[in-house]
Amino acid sequence: MYQYTVRDIVYRFSDLKTLLAKASPFRTGDALAGVCAESYEERVAAQIALADVPLNFFLNETIIPYEQDEITRLIIDSHDSGAFKLISHLTVGGFRDWLLSDETDALVLKSIEACVTPEMAAAVSKLMRNQDLIAVAKKCEVITHFRNTIGLKGHFSTRLQPNHPTDDHKGIAASMIDGLLYGSGDAVIGINPATDSPAAVMNLLTLIDTVRQQFDIPTQSCVLSHVTTTIELINKGAPVDLCFQSIGGTELTNSSFGISLALLDEAYEATLSLKRGTIGQNVMYFETGQGSELSANGHHGVDQQTCEVRGYAIARRYKPLLVNTVVGFIGPEYLYDGKQIIRAALEDHFCGKLLGLPMGVDVCYTNHAEADQDDMDNLLTLLGVAGCNFIMGIPGSDDIMLNYQSTSFHDALYLRKVLGLRPAPEFEQWLIKQGIVDDRGELMQLNPSHKLLTHFY
Amino acid sequence: MVNKEIEKTDPLSSLKEFTAARIAIGRTGTSIPIKQSLEFKLAHAHARDAVYSVLDTDGLLNSMQPFNLPILHLHSKALTRHKYLKRPDLGRQLNEESAELLKDYSTNADIAFIIVDGLSATAVNENTYPLLEVLIPQLNRAGLKIAPICLVEQGRVAIGDHIGHLLNAKLTVLLIGERPGLSAADSMGAYFTYMPKPGLTDESRNCISNIRPQGLTHKPAAEKIFYLINEALKRKLSGVALKDNAGLLE
Repeated sequence: MYQYTVRDIVYRFSDLKTLLAKASPFRTGDALAGVCAESYEERVAAQIALADVPLNFFLNETIIPYEQDEITRLIIDSHDSGAFKLISHLTVGGFRDWLLSDETDALVLKSIEACVTPEMAAAVSKLMRNQDLIAVAKKCEVITHFRNTIGLKGHFSTRLQPNHPTDDHKGIAASMIDGLLYGSGDAVIGINPATDSPAAVMNLLTLIDTVRQQFDIPTQSCVLSHVTTTIELINKGAPVDLCFQSIGGTELTNSSFGISLALLDEAYEATLSLKRGTIGQNVMYFETGQGSELSANGHHGVDQQTCEVRGYAIARRYKPLLVNTVVGFIGPEYLYDGKQIIRAALEDHFCGKLLGLPMGVDVCYTNHAEADQDDMDNLLTLLGVAGCNFIMGIPGSDDIMLNYQSTSFHDALYLRKVLGLRPAPEFEQWLIKQGIVDDRGELMQLNPSHKLLTHFY
Repeated sequence: MVNKEIEKTDPLSSLKEFTAARIAIGRTGTSIPIKQSLEFKLAHAHARDAVYSVLDTDGLLNSMQPFNLPILHLHSKALTRHKYLKRPDLGRQLNEESAELLKDYSTNADIAFIIVDGLSATAVNENTYPLLEVLIPQLNRAGLKIAPICLVEQGRVAIGDHIGHLLNAKLTVLLIGERPGLSAADSMGAYFTYMPKPGLTDESRNCISNIRPQGLTHKPAAEKIFYLINEALKRKLSGVALKDNAGLLE
C-alpha cells in the first residue's frame, strides 16, 4: 500500500502497478484502459508517493506476476545486482536528481544500463519534465555496428523507407534512389512489405541488396516481415542483413504477435550465423509503440508507458542495431494530440537510452489524431537535441503504403543543418565519394547523369 | 516563379512515373519548396475535414426513397466526435433509444444494409447512393429480402453486429467511411458479416475497401459485393473461410 495526503484527502494506491498508472502524465490510452488518475491532484499525489519509493522495492514487487509472464522472468533473472549497488540506496525521486547531476556522466550511465529495470526507468520518467528527459538522454551514448557506425555523438541517421502500396519494384526503387540522393538511409534501407509472403519478401530483399552491392553503399537492408518469415528465408539463403520484429511488453501481447522469447532466440541465432555485418554484428531491428499492449488486450492493468518500457527488456537481450518507437501510428484513442505524442516519444527515447538501447523514433501521426506537421517539427527538433539515433526518411513525409505521415528526407537535412549533425561516418564518406554532399556535409547540386539515376533506366 | 525553376531543374522528376510517392519535390536550401508544401497541407486539410464531416441523413434519406425501404436513423453511445475518437468502444455500441427502435423491425431479411459515418462521413455521403443504385435492383431481381436501411452516426464496424442481430438478418453489409489518407479522404469500405451477433471479431468478416470514384468504382464494387452476398448466403459463412475459398478478395 502506498499513500499520500493532500490537505485532508488521503490518496491510497494499493500496489506499485496502480501507483505507476496513477502517476503517469495523462494520455487517452490510460483513460481507455481505466487506469489513469481521476484528477490532477490525484496524479500529483501519486507522483509524490512514487518519489519516495526505494528502487529496490521494484525487485521485490513485480507488476505482472513472475509465474505468469516470461517478460517479468526475463527482467528479474537478467538483473545485474553487482552494478545495482551504485544506485540501490536511492528512491525514485532521488534517482531522478542523481540522473540529472553533473557527476552522472555518459560513463556512469553506461555502468548502470543492465541494473535499471524497465519499471524503474518508467517510474523515474513519470517524475521528469520533458527537459529532464532530454537532458539525461543527451548524456547517454549508445553505439551500434553492422556495416557502419550508428549513434556516435554529433551524428544522426535515418531509415530510408521507400514503401509502395503494391510492392512495385520500380516504385520502390524510385523512392529509394530519391532518398539516397538526399543523403538518407544510413540506419537502414527498410521496406514495409504490402504482403508478408516469403516469395515477395525474398524479391524485395534481393532488390535492395543488388543496389547496395552495385553501389557499394555502407548500409544495411531490411524487409520488415514477421520473424517466422525471416527464419524461413534465411534457411533458403536470402540476403538477410537485419532481422525485424514488432515486440510488446507482456507475454500476452507477444503471443498475439505470434512470437515468444524462444522464437526470438532462434531468429537471432539464425541471423547471426549469416555473419553479413562487416564491422559489427548488431543484427536485430525492433519496433515498439505505446498502446500495443492495450490494443492486444494484454496489458494486465499496467499503464501503457510502463508496458512499453517492459518491451525494451526484450530488445536489450538481443543487442539490436536499431530500436524504433513508432510513436504516433496507433491513433488518438492512445495518444490524442501533438502534446501526448511528443511526451510519449521523449519518454520512450529516454527510457530506451537509459536501458542501453540504440533508440530511434518514428516521428509520426495519423489523420484522425489532433496533430500536424508543426507538432512533428517540434518533436523532431527536440529529439535531435536529445541525441536520438535515427528517424525515418519518407518521400515528402507521406507513406503511401501505410497511410500515415512521418518525417521526410528534407526533415532530416533540416535537423542536421540546424544542429550541426552528420550522418554515420562511413555513409558520409560514401555520400562525398558519390558527389551527393560536399566535405562539409552540404547537399550538392544534383548531376542529372548521376549513376544512381542512369542505372535506373 | 522561383519554384518553377526548382521543379524544372530537378533531375529526379523522371522517376515520378513509377510511384505516387512524393518524390522529386525539389528543395530550397534543405527545405521543401512552397508549392509542394502547400499541396501537402491541402491534402491534410481534406483528410481533417473528412474526419469531422457529418452524416448527411436528409440527403441520404431523399436519395434512397426510390428503393421503397424503411430507413432508420440510429446513433452509437459516443455522443460527440471527440468522444468517438477517444473511445472506440462506445462507437461499437448502439445507444438505448436505437436498440429500442430496432425491436419493432425484426424482419427475417436476407440482407441488412447498415450505413455508418466511421472516420469519413464524406465518403459515405458521396458513395452510398451510387453503389446501392446498382446493387439493390440486382438483389431485388434475385428475390432476396432486404431489411430496413439503417443510418448510423458516430459508429464503428462492430456496431453492425448488434444492429443485424436485432433486425434478425442473415447477413449484414456495412458501408463505412475509412480512415482518410493524404491521397484519398472519400474512401468507403464494405464489411460483410454472416449471422451477426454482438461479440464477433474481425476474423468473422470480409471487407472490400477503397470504394470511391478514383478507386474501386461503384459498378465493379457492386458486382463484387453482389457476388460475395450470394457466396456468403449460399455457404452460410463469412470471414477467413469465405476469403480463402472465394479467391475474389485480395
